[in-house]
Amino acid sequence: MRKNKGWMMLLTMLLITSLLAACSSGGGSSQAGEEISTDPADIKGEITVLTQRTDIVDTVFKDYAAEFNKEYPDVKVNFQALADYEGQVKIRMSTKDYGDVLMIPTSVPIADIPDFFEPLGTYDELKDKYTAIEERMVDGQVYGIPTVITFSGIIYNKQVFKDAGVTELPKTPEQFQAALQLVKDNTDAVPLYTNYASGWALTQWESDLPTVAGSVDYVNVDQPNTDENFVPGQPHYELYKVLYDAAKNGLIEKDPTTTDWESSKADLAKGKIATMALGSWAITQIQGMTDTPDDIGFLPFPTNASEVVVPLSADYNIGMNVNSENKPAAKAWIDWFLAKSNYAVEQGGGMDADKNAELPPILDQYKDVKFSTLTPAKEGQEGLVDKIDNEGEIGLWQPDFKKRIIEAGIGNRKESYDDIMKDLNDKWVKARAELTK
Amino acid sequence: MKYLKVSNWGYSAQRIFIICAFSIIPLALLFTFAYLPVINMFKYSFTDWNGYSKRFDYVGFENYTRIFSDPEYFKVFIVSLYYFVATFLQMGLALYFATILSFKVRGKNFFKGILFFPYLLNGVAIGFIFLFFFKPDGTLDMLMHAVGLGQYTQLWLGNPNIINVSLAGASVWRYMGFNFIIFLGAISSIPKDVYEASDIDGANRWQQFRHIILPSITRILQLNLILAISGAISAFDIPYIMTDGSNGSMTFVIQTVHLAFKYGKLGLASAMAVVLLLIVILVTLVQRVTMKGEE
Repeated sequence: MRKNKGWMMLLTMLLITSLLAACSSGGGSSQAGEEISTDPADIKGEITVLTQRTDIVDTVFKDYAAEFNKEYPDVKVNFQALADYEGQVKIRMSTKDYGDVLMIPTSVPIADIPDFFEPLGTYDELKDKYTAIEERMVDGQVYGIPTVITFSGIIYNKQVFKDAGVTELPKTPEQFQAALQLVKDNTDAVPLYTNYASGWALTQWESDLPTVAGSVDYVNVDQPNTDENFVPGQPHYELYKVLYDAAKNGLIEKDPTTTDWESSKADLAKGKIATMALGSWAITQIQGMTDTPDDIGFLPFPTNASEVVVPLSADYNIGMNVNSENKPAAKAWIDWFLAKSNYAVEQGGGMDADKNAELPPILDQYKDVKFSTLTPAKEGQEGLVDKIDNEGEIGLWQPDFKKRIIEAGIGNRKESYDDIMKDLNDKWVKARAELTK
Repeated sequence: MKYLKVSNWGYSAQRIFIICAFSIIPLALLFTFAYLPVINMFKYSFTDWNGYSKRFDYVGFENYTRIFSDPEYFKVFIVSLYYFVATFLQMGLALYFATILSFKVRGKNFFKGILFFPYLLNGVAIGFIFLFFFKPDGTLDMLMHAVGLGQYTQLWLGNPNIINVSLAGASVWRYMGFNFIIFLGAISSIPKDVYEASDIDGANRWQQFRHIILPSITRILQLNLILAISGAISAFDIPYIMTDGSNGSMTFVIQTVHLAFKYGKLGLASAMAVVLLLIVILVTLVQRVTMKGEE
């Protein structure tokens, strides 16, 4: 009996620990360049479309399917909405069953995309038609097309700025801090809400890097070739200094650790929050929560750069499962969805990936601002930034070091802003040396 | 032909056949869902696999040298100390309630239900309940204001010196019911006549506890202690859901999960899981050896 108990304990522990290790690879082989018929009459079958939009899967998407069936009567479209899209798709991708059409999870390394997704065309074929297709491109083949093109910056409540006495929209970091201070002094609103607890909201800051750099080349071209990524004067340093200063001067929420994303949208709409750093996709969601949607405004991220560049970036890319049994039908859905659904503007809060799409009306006041997609990486350096990032455990697109900055700002950590930046830069230099040796 | 019918076999052959037939399914399940993943985990811990690729390289002990040469990875065990200390509070409370409720008390089953209830709740739900509980001007602060302790309110999760105490407190609330129910079961198995005899001898409640209950449940006490300590080393769900390891509440398992799924270092994360497994086994062995000495 004694012996048995010991063994049972061991087995229990093995079982518990083994839960940590449940993940394996899979997928099928790619058949690039297969000829696909595009005549609606020939296309039939049943396809499953995975989406992250749990909120509209039973309403708007049903209407899309009905519209789509007018053109392609023999295709049956099913939808599956996943609440934790990124996490759940990742696990399903270890089997062959992950829908016919799906959003490409951002965490799949670019080089591995051809194992899982069918090419939608070559870059040369598609580059005149769609914006930002370079992101998920491998060897000249495009594997994903953005469903929405968004832009990033600061979303603010115009009424709060007016009440606080901010007369001119802040352009530089100093003006921005001054505006936040005015909000704090003259109103009850939280000047800058970080959404620390949700984690992902902090990663939105990273998308403002090109604005701070004042250049669309910085992210993919300059960054992987520099050892001075987080030193004073460089874009990363200046970008997160804004966050740090706001935290240090008490211009953020009282207790960041208990923030709540869902209620923050309503609070910004109602004027309890003055600003948040987010992408344009949030604008429609926030406007939907107030009777005075015109109060919600967009501000390019504060910068000292000579030219104000607002980066256009792709939301989830739509792609096709390489194991799909109804590829023509899946392709038909992707083409129809991008061209005719108007999802990007009505549901995505951004613009179509279509090159001819116009800027939304909220940007009318920014005639002098340059809206542009990022320059792709140099040949041979595709995905290098991500590799350095992962190798060094820096987490450019993870919340961790942003949380660290906020914690340091409010005095929860002994390290200073410069300590954090130095640490990040050391990791960057080490990882870069490792990968480029 | 005769031997194809099981009923024609001898008694011991039939016995072996039936034992094998009945154990094959549980063994297959155990192998598929417990041993196979662990074997794979050991394999991955020697690779640089990123979680997606079909290709990976064997890197020998590189992952392990990295874990043991960088203090970053082990520093987080300090957080485990909070859960370790909380473990004793948790067991003390559980033992206290189990003892009281094993005597004649009014509303006994009701209290048993209340005490065990948190353990039945989903960990995610508990995470959210306590997030509201610890919020500034949340339930706890309101409660403290109501009883006149308003000036002692804190940023329960915002203050890095308190955050782990708060989280460990939530963890005590969640897991106490489990210890409690095991203690209760053990105490109920003590024969009634022993109490009766001690009553006649004039023993009070404390003496009964000290000399009857405690010695009878030593084995269960040890078991709970082992479970609680390995639980403290591998604390995960409450801090993961509530703070995701931020503000100084990072534990070893959260760090492992981050490495695997945020930074795509499945190889390194597997190595960390192996290290954790070894630590837990080691702690268990040390405990078993020292406990044996006491008997």
